[in-house]
Amino acid sequence: MSLEKKYPKEVKQLLAKYPPEQKRSAVMPLLYLAQREEGYVNKAAMQDIAQLLDITETEVASIVGFYSLYHDEKAGKYRMQVCTDLPCALRGADEFLNNLCGNLGIKVGETTADGLVTLEGVMCLAACDKAPMFQTQGPDGIKYHENMTMDRTMELIEALKKSDVGVK
Amino acid sequence: MAHVLLRHLDVPDINKIDVYKKNGGFDAFKKAVTKMKPEQVTEVVKNSGLRGRGGAGFPTGMKWSFIDNKNWPHYVVANADESEPGTFKDREIMESNPFQFLEGLMLSCYAVGATVGYVYLRGEFWQVAAFLDEKIAEMEKAGVLGDNLFGTDYSLKIFTHLGAGAYICGEETALLESMEGKRGQPRVRPPFPPSYGLYGKPTIINNVETFTNVPPIITNGAEWYKSMGTADSAGVKLFSLSGRVRRPGNYELPFGTTFRELIYKHGGGVQEGRPVKAIMPAGASSSLIVVDDKVLDTAMDYATVRTLGADLGSASVIVIDDTVSVEWIINKTIHFFKHESCGKCTPCREGNYWMQSIVHRIHSGEGKQGDVDLLLNVAKQMQNKCLCALGEFATMAVVTGIERFPQDFKKVVKV
Repeated sequence: MSLEKKYPKEVKQLLAKYPPEQKRSAVMPLLYLAQREEGYVNKAAMQDIAQLLDITETEVASIVGFYSLYHDEKAGKYRMQVCTDLPCALRGADEFLNNLCGNLGIKVGETTADGLVTLEGVMCLAACDKAPMFQTQGPDGIKYHENMTMDRTMELIEALKKSDVGVK
Repeated sequence: MAHVLLRHLDVPDINKIDVYKKNGGFDAFKKAVTKMKPEQVTEVVKNSGLRGRGGAGFPTGMKWSFIDNKNWPHYVVANADESEPGTFKDREIMESNPFQFLEGLMLSCYAVGATVGYVYLRGEFWQVAAFLDEKIAEMEKAGVLGDNLFGTDYSLKIFTHLGAGAYICGEETALLESMEGKRGQPRVRPPFPPSYGLYGKPTIINNVETFTNVPPIITNGAEWYKSMGTADSAGVKLFSLSGRVRRPGNYELPFGTTFRELIYKHGGGVQEGRPVKAIMPAGASSSLIVVDDKVLDTAMDYATVRTLGADLGSASVIVIDDTVSVEWIINKTIHFFKHESCGKCTPCREGNYWMQSIVHRIHSGEGKQGDVDLLLNVAKQMQNKCLCALGEFATMAVVTGIERFPQDFKKVVKV
């Protein structure tokens, strides 16, 4: 189903933010909408957006490829993205990520066996004073988790397991 | 002294519209729209000495006065792409004192005759954008934003726009490309955005913190603002303090405050009482300063920090103690810039790639004789050859790290 049919109100609202002759500006918000359910943008959605905005599918794909928050492959229901850039690393973020890998039994870039969590390293998230920290990207959007301990992180994962967000 | 920017520390719940209004909120905007000509607003900002808080420190009022009045419509865009490792001040403003920031953006719109303003937030600020959308709706309901404001013929709309994870979009022309629905790659300048910006129209782009300074300047006047800070750098600044300090966080202080006061009085000193070895005053894109007592007693303003061979930039002070090796630091910074290079300019795209492979070799203990010289050579070849500053930024820690901390590299390279 096309985005316009699926989310008529949202699509209209998004397009209204930009001058009518500049609707290409809506490509980024539309891509967020397109990956809301599955966690990634499939080829059909790219075609759909291209048609809606009068641009080519290649142009849409180039946006997906350029920006790190768009994905063109399926991953776990939640992407757990730990910042290990310099300021976080000065506060133990590398060690935190290593321990998390150990606890989940996966490496960075891998997904837990139940398909719940894909663990990723990520670039600075502007939370340098609250390390260790990570964001989760999932069906309910992007959320920050700051000043994290391993215990609180494992509790969060348990809570995500029980949550039915995104289940149809 | 009461806070000028982090007012939520003095006034609880200032992120609620009623509380903001009760504490003078929107007085400046109302005064401007009903009693001042647009160019008078620009004049006050110009006289206040306010300089851009995103890092470059360009005089704000002067930028606004460059708007091309022969080409319409005009746009104003708030740069909320905050992505420099070590910088986390704009997020605190937007979450805790959002109306003051938005009022500043609105004042800028009025000053340059824009009827639409945008807030470009980095995609990770998803929750912040949703929060700002609520605040914008509240302002429309309260009649301080919308059509025919305060009974005049001035109308204004504000929209948020989310990026999707790209450091380069903090560069103003890459940000504009991104807003236009393209990959975020910098444009050739000139023309500069005040003559050719969003959709090719005259556009003012300022950082969130810059806008947040504007309402109190309009209310209290340019002289009041200039009475704080130094002759070179007027007013107050948010210092994002991170790294090996006991109390990292944002501290609002007048320009001219010393590194020592920031790190020891506000930041509680270094963890485990260790000495400060190095400071990066402008985040990961900063030069590394070798720290001694004289450096600690240096005033933090644009001109004085330059005498230390560094820039104050966005004032994101990363504190490094004597347990950290500089070779490890540049391994981190290069990893970041290699990932974030947009790929447009060859020296940045290729240079970061080669710097990363050399520094990985050094860091993993496989460094060969001559590798450090080679790394320095590659970094210097990148300088002054790219369209935007990312190509420069990527080399700052490398060049100053190798030149100022040579001992940290000797021990890791096999001879």
